[in-house]
Amino acid sequence: MTFDINVIFSNLPEILSGAWVTIVIWIITTPAAAVLGFLIAVARRFGGVMLDKAFGIVIAVLRGTPFLIQIFLVYYGGPFVGLSLDPIPAGVIGLSIYGAAYFSEIFRSGFAAVPKGHIEAGICVGLTQGQIIRRILLPEMTMLVLPPSVNMTIILMKETAVLSIITVPELTATLSAIGSQQYAFVEALFVLALFYWALVEITGWLGHLAETKLTRFRFFNI
Amino acid sequence: MSIKLFELLLQAAIYTVTISVVSILIGFAIAVIVSAMLLSRQRLLALQARIFISFFRGVPLLVQLLLIYNLLPAIGLNVPSIVAAIIGLSLCTAAYQAENLRGGFSSVPAGLVESAEMVGMTPVQIFRRIKAPIALRLTFPALVNEAILILKASSLVSVVGVIELTRMAQDLAGSTFLPLEIFASAGLIYLVINWIVALAGGLIERSLPGVPR
Repeated sequence: MTFDINVIFSNLPEILSGAWVTIVIWIITTPAAAVLGFLIAVARRFGGVMLDKAFGIVIAVLRGTPFLIQIFLVYYGGPFVGLSLDPIPAGVIGLSIYGAAYFSEIFRSGFAAVPKGHIEAGICVGLTQGQIIRRILLPEMTMLVLPPSVNMTIILMKETAVLSIITVPELTATLSAIGSQQYAFVEALFVLALFYWALVEITGWLGHLAETKLTRFRFFNI
Repeated sequence: MSIKLFELLLQAAIYTVTISVVSILIGFAIAVIVSAMLLSRQRLLALQARIFISFFRGVPLLVQLLLIYNLLPAIGLNVPSIVAAIIGLSLCTAAYQAENLRGGFSSVPAGLVESAEMVGMTPVQIFRRIKAPIALRLTFPALVNEAILILKASSLVSVVGVIELTRMAQDLAGSTFLPLEIFASAGLIYLVINWIVALAGGLIERSLPGVPR
């Protein structure tokens, strides 16, 4: 077994472009999934029983099936219902919907943790539904939803690797291609693992930092 | 979509379940060792366990599978792809299960262990009759969760060439031009399997010896 570090340096432009695609997809997908998940949680909470049940089934399906199957459905099944997407849009849309299912559950448990009395008090003083969400639900549940949200952000980072299977030119695809073309699997996959490991560890650390910083501004007890 | 295609998917689903069950069991065995290392007083052992967990939780499973599949031949070990797949899944789930087990063992009430010492139980007896049952009861829901995650993650072993449910669906979709029906059916099969696992897990959980309150 040899380890030729030159393989990495001679392919640096491709590797950097792959890493860039990975990071951009991650940075677009995570907020999209969080916002979509939040909207679903709000719809389930305030949209009546039917909407709640319908979303419940959709979320059970999204959480009960592998992401790979979902992305195949979007990418290979899409054209059969008139929805031909390029790999990157298909990947971003698929990953956002997948993440939204988990984020909606995070926000739902956050909503559930806000004491009922606070919301009733808000209704009593005449706050609108939007105001109740913005001024009572959101601030009160922030501390609670932060740790699982950081977790989900990390999961989405790792899930971007799956997009290589539908030929999104992100880092996993780039480095596996370099590995097989130049027969340098060890070097390529070593860099790949190191990249994800570092990024995930840094994200986890930043998330932890945000949690401790935010705890200082916590002005009430749940 | 014909019944024949669905039967092919069901047969492949047996592979998915087998790979997942074997990986969960091997992973659990590794996790017991890793969690013992984590809780050990020797710094070096604990550090090794922490690095193991950090790596296998920080790197995407797909990358781990590619690494193992390509690295084993590079060090002169030619294993069939199914073995590489099981090694990858086992190591990954071991990292998660080790964290769960550590949590379980450290939540065993100290008073119970002390009273067991008081009545003269040996360390082995304390482990077998006090610590292990309580820790198992505490970590069982997480174990069921992990089983479902691994069932879903096993779809990734299709990239190293194991013909399980996802790979079968991919092949069939390619040869029949019915991707919507076939991938939706595969999704449905995963959903049913996971539903059964969750249901069975809930039943077993209720029959486990209780945790002191």
